[in-house]
Amino acid sequence: MPPTDTTSPADPLPERAADGTPGKPPTRVPCGIKFEKVVKRFGDNVVLDHLNFEVAAGERVTLIGPSGSGKTTILRLLMTLEHPDGGIIRVGDDPLWHMERGGKLVKANERHLHEMRKRIGMVFQQFNLFPNMNVLRNLTEGPVHVLGLGKDEAVERARGLLDMIGLADKEDAHPTQLSGGQQQRVAIARALAMEPTVLLLDEVTSALDPELVVGVQDLLRDIAANTDVTMLCVTHEMGFAKDISNRVLMFDQGRIVEEGTPEAIFEDPEEDRTREFLSAILAT
Amino acid sequence: MSEVLNSYPQLLRGAWLTIQITLYAAAFALVLAMVFGLLGTARSRLLRAVNRVYVEFFRGIAALVLLYWFFYALPLLGLRFTPLAAAVLAIGLNYGAYGAEVVRGSVNAVPRAQWEAACAINFTPLQRLRRVLLPQAFALMLPPFGNLFIELMKATAGVSLVGIADLTFRAKQIQASTGQTAATFVVILVMYFVIAQALQVLVRLAERRSDRVLGRRLPTRPAPIAATTGEVVSP
Amino acid sequence: MNWDWHYSGQVIPDLLDGLRVTIIATIFGYLIALVLGLVWALLRRSPSRVLNQAVRWVTEFIRSTPLLVQLFFIFYVLPAWGVTLGALTAGIVGLGVHYSTYTAEVYRAGIDDVPRGQWEASRALNLPRRRVWFAVILPQAVRRIIPTLGNYLIALFKDTPFLLGITVVELLGSAYDAGAHSLKYLEPITVAGLFFIAVSVVSSLALRRLEHRYATN
Repeated sequence: MPPTDTTSPADPLPERAADGTPGKPPTRVPCGIKFEKVVKRFGDNVVLDHLNFEVAAGERVTLIGPSGSGKTTILRLLMTLEHPDGGIIRVGDDPLWHMERGGKLVKANERHLHEMRKRIGMVFQQFNLFPNMNVLRNLTEGPVHVLGLGKDEAVERARGLLDMIGLADKEDAHPTQLSGGQQQRVAIARALAMEPTVLLLDEVTSALDPELVVGVQDLLRDIAANTDVTMLCVTHEMGFAKDISNRVLMFDQGRIVEEGTPEAIFEDPEEDRTREFLSAILAT
Repeated sequence: MSEVLNSYPQLLRGAWLTIQITLYAAAFALVLAMVFGLLGTARSRLLRAVNRVYVEFFRGIAALVLLYWFFYALPLLGLRFTPLAAAVLAIGLNYGAYGAEVVRGSVNAVPRAQWEAACAINFTPLQRLRRVLLPQAFALMLPPFGNLFIELMKATAGVSLVGIADLTFRAKQIQASTGQTAATFVVILVMYFVIAQALQVLVRLAERRSDRVLGRRLPTRPAPIAATTGEVVSP
Repeated sequence: MNWDWHYSGQVIPDLLDGLRVTIIATIFGYLIALVLGLVWALLRRSPSRVLNQAVRWVTEFIRSTPLLVQLFFIFYVLPAWGVTLGALTAGIVGLGVHYSTYTAEVYRAGIDDVPRGQWEASRALNLPRRRVWFAVILPQAVRRIIPTLGNYLIALFKDTPFLLGITVVELLGSAYDAGAHSLKYLEPITVAGLFFIAVSVVSSLALRRLEHRYATN
């Protein structure tokens, strides 16, 4: 049993929620992430080329870089939406895509992936709410059918989260009846309802109309400030990245070009490639 | 004309049998369509091949040929069905193949992002299918299923050729006994039309329900609330 | 009872005769469907509301009632009104009229799918009405609808066995007759079924090719 997995259906809400205030997203002991020589190709195109990096438990890391540099692929590998072509990815201490069999690492089966996915949550650029369920069921479906929570308990948890995202009056609404910003806040709540220890944010505001961006960013700032979840964030919003992250990784062509604190990277980058990228972002 | 209308008990009995064959065959076809259609979406090459063989075979063979085969050829191999069972099997197998294509296409047409989101909240492969993909695919299946339903009903007229006393068969009997050719066929054409319209109403109701489930064509948020939160409803 | 290879070989010439009739019915029925369908589609665009709705209900009626009964109607009822058709001709007319209601919908969708901007551009260039239809709209519509029209060709082919209901000895009819003659139905009907599968599988493969070509062009 992985050491960080403290949930059981009987104890779904560990006393953790740092300061214990209701409505705060509950989280478990956070996990770190480690990429060891990870390779990912799409056909002939090498997206990640023997990539190494590490994220400490509870750390907030922002990935920046031009499109096609492999940032989103990193998140998708972690969410098990894509499989790596080489190398080892660890979440907590356990390999994500492999399992140990007689001292050797072999390809993981669906069961192992299912166990590992319990630690990870993801918020998508296009929200991807389930259109066949209302808002409340979007939030309870996973807790009931994956975590095994009782229905009442799942509803209570969902209502707490809806309260936190300021959409308590929308539980009966259909996703189609919500604005993009509201949908994205529900999608964040849906991910949090599963109590992930690692939260992946894939350009979560880039599909939103400009005036809706702030609400979603404020919510994420709150979560960053009040929980100890490990966050991996792909974004082009530099101000937002500065607010929530401890560290920024600049990617280009599947490699890390530069890394440092947000201040160092955004204000005084060392690499030309980073400088070029940042000025291109600012120009738009 | 009045002679034809006087034989209405016979016509009604025929119509009732037509409706029964239609419903049984449609139910059987639906089961086949689901099973073989889902096989067509499987990752395994073997399962997909099973889907292909079923679809190409039973879609390629005409419904009436299949019916004749069940009626005249199979008994010689020692397999005997009651006429009604043979009709339901033949029509169901044929339309199940069309339906399987609809199921496969609809499941594949659910955006991949939905599969990803289902994966991200850690649903097992079966849960992804049952809780996310199928409910959405179902809405896509309904309109083509509605068309197939009517086509299947029309195809049941073929059973009269092997002596099953459906609406068409009764019409030929009445025509023979009364000699009222035009009136008889006009009356049953209208009866078939009424049955088809009724089936269409059923399908519409199902479509409306699935629209509701998917939150389509619902009133969007009232404007005043949008104004207070400073957000606009995206189209 | 076992499969009789010798007997199967014997019935094949009869079945090929039947197949010939099936193919004649398919081709001529389809030609009627293509032309009559276009007539329906253009009438549906007529400004007269009465004509418009009349065409709509007539085609809806034909489309939602069984082909077999329509064949009976053409073959047994029309002679009383002074129109006597041979069995095969009646069958061809029945297939053509029945399927014209499907092709009409295909044409309609194809024409509706041509972007509004094409009509507006034609208007802006002040093209004459004929040119608008024949040089701009129809060529674009036809390209989109060819695969769907092809599907209805195959569907029509598979509906030809209904012609045996009005005494046409087509493929299934010839198989049935051969079986009735020797009281051995297994071989002829099975072989007829294989013929049907062969023709429809080959033609749907050809169609997929065609679709591919029109999709890439």
